[in-house]
Amino acid sequence: MSDKFDVIIVGAGLAGSTAGYILANAGLEVLIIERGNSAGSKNVTGGRLYSHSLEKIIPNFAQEAPVERKVTKEKISFMTEESAVTLDYHSIRLGKQFQDSYVVLRSEFDQWLAEKAEEAGAVLATGVRVDDLLVKDGKVSGVIAGEDEMEADVVILADGVNSLLAQKIGLRQELKPHEVAVGAKEIIELPQNILEDRFNLNEGEGASWMFVGSCTGGRIGGGFLYTNKDSISLGIVATVGDIEQSEKSIPQMMEDFKQHPSIRPLIKDGKLAEYSAHLVPEAGYNMLPKLYSNGVVVVGDAAGLVINIGYMVRGMDLAIASGEAAAKAILDAKEKQDFSEQSLAKYKQLLDESFVMKDLQLYKKFPEFMENHRIFNEYPKMVDDIMADLFIIDGQPSKPIKSKLLSHVKKIGILNLIKDGIKGVKSL
Amino acid sequence: MKAMTIEEKLSVDKFFVDEGNPHIIISKDAVDPKEIQKLIKACPAGLYSLNEDGTISFDYAGCLECGTCRVLCKNTIIKEWNYPQATCGIEFRYG
Repeated sequence: MSDKFDVIIVGAGLAGSTAGYILANAGLEVLIIERGNSAGSKNVTGGRLYSHSLEKIIPNFAQEAPVERKVTKEKISFMTEESAVTLDYHSIRLGKQFQDSYVVLRSEFDQWLAEKAEEAGAVLATGVRVDDLLVKDGKVSGVIAGEDEMEADVVILADGVNSLLAQKIGLRQELKPHEVAVGAKEIIELPQNILEDRFNLNEGEGASWMFVGSCTGGRIGGGFLYTNKDSISLGIVATVGDIEQSEKSIPQMMEDFKQHPSIRPLIKDGKLAEYSAHLVPEAGYNMLPKLYSNGVVVVGDAAGLVINIGYMVRGMDLAIASGEAAAKAILDAKEKQDFSEQSLAKYKQLLDESFVMKDLQLYKKFPEFMENHRIFNEYPKMVDDIMADLFIIDGQPSKPIKSKLLSHVKKIGILNLIKDGIKGVKSL
Repeated sequence: MKAMTIEEKLSVDKFFVDEGNPHIIISKDAVDPKEIQKLIKACPAGLYSLNEDGTISFDYAGCLECGTCRVLCKNTIIKEWNYPQATCGIEFRYG
């Protein structure tokens, strides 16, 4: 190991290890530093990984990587305390190469990706917490961990959503409560055959299920369920800035979600294997930090690169693509031996040209749209009431369907419905 | 599944507690009920609780290191918030 590295990467998550893998493959001396005892041991996902961005870098990765299940079933439910109205889409189209997505568990998956970076020649140092950045002549020139200082031409900040280092160096502000959500998740073990029967899954295939409504006590957020090989990832995500108004605490929301009449039978006789929590960047395009400066770039969650459009939350595929863009920009800078802000601007340019910024920009109005409380209260209730009217027969004389529908729509107000509909469509 | 308390849930997790060296330090004399309620509701590990005298107590041992309390109360109740020392804290075996 030489005294100075070409690149030091803080954080062996998906963005960090992807960058490390590409840079080491290109022959650069790379050090990846991870504060956990192993890569992934501080990381949590819902979670589903859309494969396309990693597929480009490591073709057919899912055949060797520890993925849990390939998602072939998408479900979305409107939920009230008593009911759930569900859309269920099952298709093998969801599983085609470059369109496929996988349920993953980060502890195992991140270790695999970090090992790929190590095999490519990167040095991985786990159990090391980077406390600060070394700055010389207005340029980031390395990291400080305890008593140790390590130097590099460029430092990649891949230290996650709560990137204290990006804050310290002034690239980003303290996170604001409306920019992030807190997720709580349980891993609930079930025998594989029971799990496949309960969710009507073929072997190796999995389900992704999103919930909106009572699962967050009517506050901004949602519930999620993903099927692993022999466990379920079940959890809730709630916007931090909205919790103050909530009647329920986060642990209570989680427990009530589990006891919901639509969820309870799915986890019957299951065994809790882990309870976890993590922040999720939610403001997307509106919370982008300064992405680069002299000798430093910010990637993945640390840069807030997550798209939340309600029925779908994506962060990991963006993290991987941002790690790739950072690596390419650094290779370019290395060729010129110029690691200045001007030279590293290439990173932003590559992100701008990729799906990362295009998608973030496209959906930039969505976080604001989600701040509408009707989505989490009145609409799930309306759908529930309409369904109840359609399906419940109690011997009273029936009313025409048109008047049944209209009576529920009128409770919210037709104008509100039109307004929200237009806003929703415009933000997607 | 039977209902579980948050303590029961945390007991299945793997922690390496940095004994005597808390990574989060709160202001013990904080009494603003609004700020206190925020933390009690938001902490996914339920580590904040209200004392009889209206102050707040906190146990860092079961911290999942999410940072929610930092985001909510950095300049009020949370005096210091850092990640635990290297090798300490929560170790997610699934994540």
